[in-house]
Amino acid sequence: MKKTHKIDFSSDWNLAPAPESTTHFKLKDTYDLFINGKFVAPKSGKYFDTINPANEKVLAKVAEANEADIDSAVKAARKAYDTVWSKLSGKERGKYIYRIARIIQERAREFAVVETLNGGKAIRESRDVDVPLAAAHFFYYAGWADKLEYAFPNRKPKALGVAGQIIPWNFPLLMAAWKIAPALAAGNTVVIKSSETTPLTAYLLAEVIQEAGLPAGVVNIVSGAGLTGSFIVNHPDVDKIAFTGSTAVGKIIMKAIAGTPKKSTMELGGKAANIIFEDAALDQAVEGIVNGIFFNQGHVCCAGSRLYVQESVFDVVVQKLKDRMNSLNVGDPLDKNTDIGAINSKKQLETIAKYIEIGKNEGAEMYQPSCDLPSKGFWCRPTIFTKVSQSNRIAQEEIFGPVLAIQTFRTVDEVIEKANNTPYGLSAGVWTDKGSKIFNMTSQMRAGVVWANTFNKFDPASPFGGYKESGFGREGGVHGLEAYLKFE
Amino acid sequence: MSRIEVLKTYKIYIGGSFPRTESGRYYPLIANKKTVANMCLSSVKDFRNAVVAARGAQGGWSHKTAYNRCQILYRIAEVLEGRKAQFVEELELQGSTKAKAQQEVDLSIDRLIYYAGWCDKYTQLYSTVNPVSGSFFNFSVPEPTGVVSVFAPQKSGLLGLVTQIASIIAGGNTCVVLAAEQLALCAVTFAEVLATSDVPGGVVNILTGNQTELLTQFAAHKDVNAILYCGKDAEMIAKIQDLAIENLKRVVIREDGDYFDEKHESPYLIFDFQETKTTWHPIEVIAGAGAGY
Repeated sequence: MKKTHKIDFSSDWNLAPAPESTTHFKLKDTYDLFINGKFVAPKSGKYFDTINPANEKVLAKVAEANEADIDSAVKAARKAYDTVWSKLSGKERGKYIYRIARIIQERAREFAVVETLNGGKAIRESRDVDVPLAAAHFFYYAGWADKLEYAFPNRKPKALGVAGQIIPWNFPLLMAAWKIAPALAAGNTVVIKSSETTPLTAYLLAEVIQEAGLPAGVVNIVSGAGLTGSFIVNHPDVDKIAFTGSTAVGKIIMKAIAGTPKKSTMELGGKAANIIFEDAALDQAVEGIVNGIFFNQGHVCCAGSRLYVQESVFDVVVQKLKDRMNSLNVGDPLDKNTDIGAINSKKQLETIAKYIEIGKNEGAEMYQPSCDLPSKGFWCRPTIFTKVSQSNRIAQEEIFGPVLAIQTFRTVDEVIEKANNTPYGLSAGVWTDKGSKIFNMTSQMRAGVVWANTFNKFDPASPFGGYKESGFGREGGVHGLEAYLKFE
Repeated sequence: MSRIEVLKTYKIYIGGSFPRTESGRYYPLIANKKTVANMCLSSVKDFRNAVVAARGAQGGWSHKTAYNRCQILYRIAEVLEGRKAQFVEELELQGSTKAKAQQEVDLSIDRLIYYAGWCDKYTQLYSTVNPVSGSFFNFSVPEPTGVVSVFAPQKSGLLGLVTQIASIIAGGNTCVVLAAEQLALCAVTFAEVLATSDVPGGVVNILTGNQTELLTQFAAHKDVNAILYCGKDAEMIAKIQDLAIENLKRVVIREDGDYFDEKHESPYLIFDFQETKTTWHPIEVIAGAGAGY
C-alpha cells in the first residue's frame, strides 16, 4: 500500500454544527450615546442600523453622534478631569480600572458572542483572544496608575487631560481596551468613538464602566462614522488624539491637528513580510503563515500579508499551505469549529474582491480552496497568490483581507532588501531554526514588532506599534504610558 | 613687512568632504555691521545630496558597536579641545565676549563627553524584557529612527549645534544639519573637527543657508525619517508638521534657548530619535519536565 501523509479531503469531512449559545443575554433594541455616566439620546436625533455581517440581519439601532453630541462628551470629560479624576490618587484610579477588568472577565462570554455577532469574527477568536486580552489590558494598566514615577525616572509625569480616541472595526473591544486602559491609568479622561460597523461591544463596555461605578464623564463612548470622528479630532478642548486605522485616514487626522497643541499617537496600516527560510520547521511555519494571514479574516493591520519563501523549499511550502487551507472551516462565526468567519462589511468585501481582481490582472496565480460559502452575508475564501512580483499592487498595498502574496528569495541580503522595501513598518515574521540568523533578521527588519518562529501574538505587557508610515507611539507595556503623559 | 593673513573659505560638509554649494550662491555673514565671511547659500540640491550621504552612512553607523560609537564621540571632544582657540576666535568674531566664548567652547566639549558616555548605556535604560502571558521570550529595544534633518538653533551657533548633533548621533542616527544662518562659522569649523575625528563620512552633514528657503525639502523629503526644529515660530512649526505628514516623519520641536542649561543633558533627548522594536520568540515547553532543580 502506498504510504501518504496527506489528509484525504475527498472523504466525508463535514463537522456537525457546534454553535455557541446566544440565549444568556439580550441585546437592546437601541443603543444611545454614553455621555457623563448616562446613556443619552443623541442631539442629532439620528440612529443607524448595525448588522450581523454573517447574515445581514439588523442587530440593533445605534445613535449617531453629531458635533453637539461630541461637544457634550468633551465637556463631560473635561469636567470629570478637572473636578474628580485629576484629584484622585493613582491608587484609587487603579482600583476603578481593576474593577473594569474583573467585570469584563465575569461577562466574558457575552462580550465574545456580541463581538462575533456584530463583527463576523470566529467565536474561537473572540472568546480566546479578543475578550481575554481586553480584560488583561485593563488589569495590566490598572497596576501602573500608582507607579507612574517609576516608569520614567528623573521626569515628573503628568496627565494630558482629555484624550480623544478613534478605533477601528477589526478588534472593537480589544482596541477600546488598548486605548482606554493606559489613558485612565495615566490620569486622563476619555471620549472614544467606535467604528460605524462594530459599535456594540463598546456600549457593553459602557455598561461595565457604569457597573464599576466610575465617576461620571471619565469615560464617554460615542458612535458614528468618519464625520463623527472629525468632530473629536477638531474639538479645541481635546488634548490628545489616539487613532488606530488606515494610514490614509491617519494622515488626514495629522493634517487636521498640524499647528495645534494636540498630541497624537497613530497605529496605522501594515504590509508585513513573513519570511520562511529553508531550515525552518516547515509544518510550524505553515501554521504561522495561516495564523499570519487568515487570523480574523486577515482584518489585521499587522497581518503577514507578504510571504517570502526561500526558493529551495518553495514547492513544498506552497503544497503544505494549500493542503492546510483545505482544512480551514469557513462559515458561521458562532460555530466553535469555524476558522474563518464573515468579512466585516459589504464595503470591505468589495475592497478585497477588487484586490483579488487586481492580482489576477497583474498576472499572479490565484489559489482558493473550494469550500461552500453561506448564501447570505459577506464571505471570502482564503486566497493565496503565487508568481507575484515586488512591484505588484497586491504586494505593496494593504488589502485587509484573507489574501496572501507569495514571493521567493535566495539570499539573506535579498530578502532583507525586499522585506524592508515598503513604506510600512508595523510587523514582520521570521522562520528559521538557526539562532544567529533569527537575531540578524529581527535586528534588520524595519518594523515595530517582529515575531520569530511565531506570528500574531499580542500581550498587554508587550509594546505594539510601527516604524515609518505604520505610525508612531506604542500601545502596551511601560512604553504605552508615554502616549498619555507629559513631562515637566 | 607684516604678513598677509590667509583667509578661510567656509564651505559645506557633505558625505565627509567639503564642497562649495552646487548652486554657486553665497550670503554674507555679518557681525558688528561688517561682512565676516561669504557663506555658502546651500540649495535644495545640496540638501538632497546630503540626504543620500546620510542614508548611505546610516546602516554602518547604527551597526557599529556601542563602545565604538562612544569612542568616536569622545574623539570629537578630544579634537575639539585641541582646537579651542580657533573656536573662541570665531565666536568673538561673531560678536561674543572672550569669556563667554571660552565658556561656550568648554561646555561644547563637555557636552560631547556627556553624550559619548550615553552611547553604550541608553539602550539599557529603555529596553525591557516583557512578562507576557505565554511561553515566549519577549523583549523591546530602542533602535535609531534613521536619517534626521535638523534646523539648528539660531541663537547658539556652537553649543546648540553640538548638543543637537550629539544627541542624535549618539543614538545611531545620521543627520543633515542647517547651521544657524548668522552664527555659522563654528558650524563649518566643527565639520572640520568631525572630519578628523573618525566620524564616518555622511553621519553628520552640515549645510549653511536659509531656513525658509529649505523648509519644504527638510520637512517633506521622503527619505528623511525625522525632523528637528529648534525655535518658537508658530507658523514654521505648523508648516513643518504639515509637510512631515507625507511620509509620517517624526517631528521634534526644541527651544532655541539657553544651551548652557543642564536640561540639555538628558538621555530622553536621545530617545526622541528612537523607535521601539519588540521581538517575540517561543520558549519550548517540554511536557512533564516540571521544576529544573
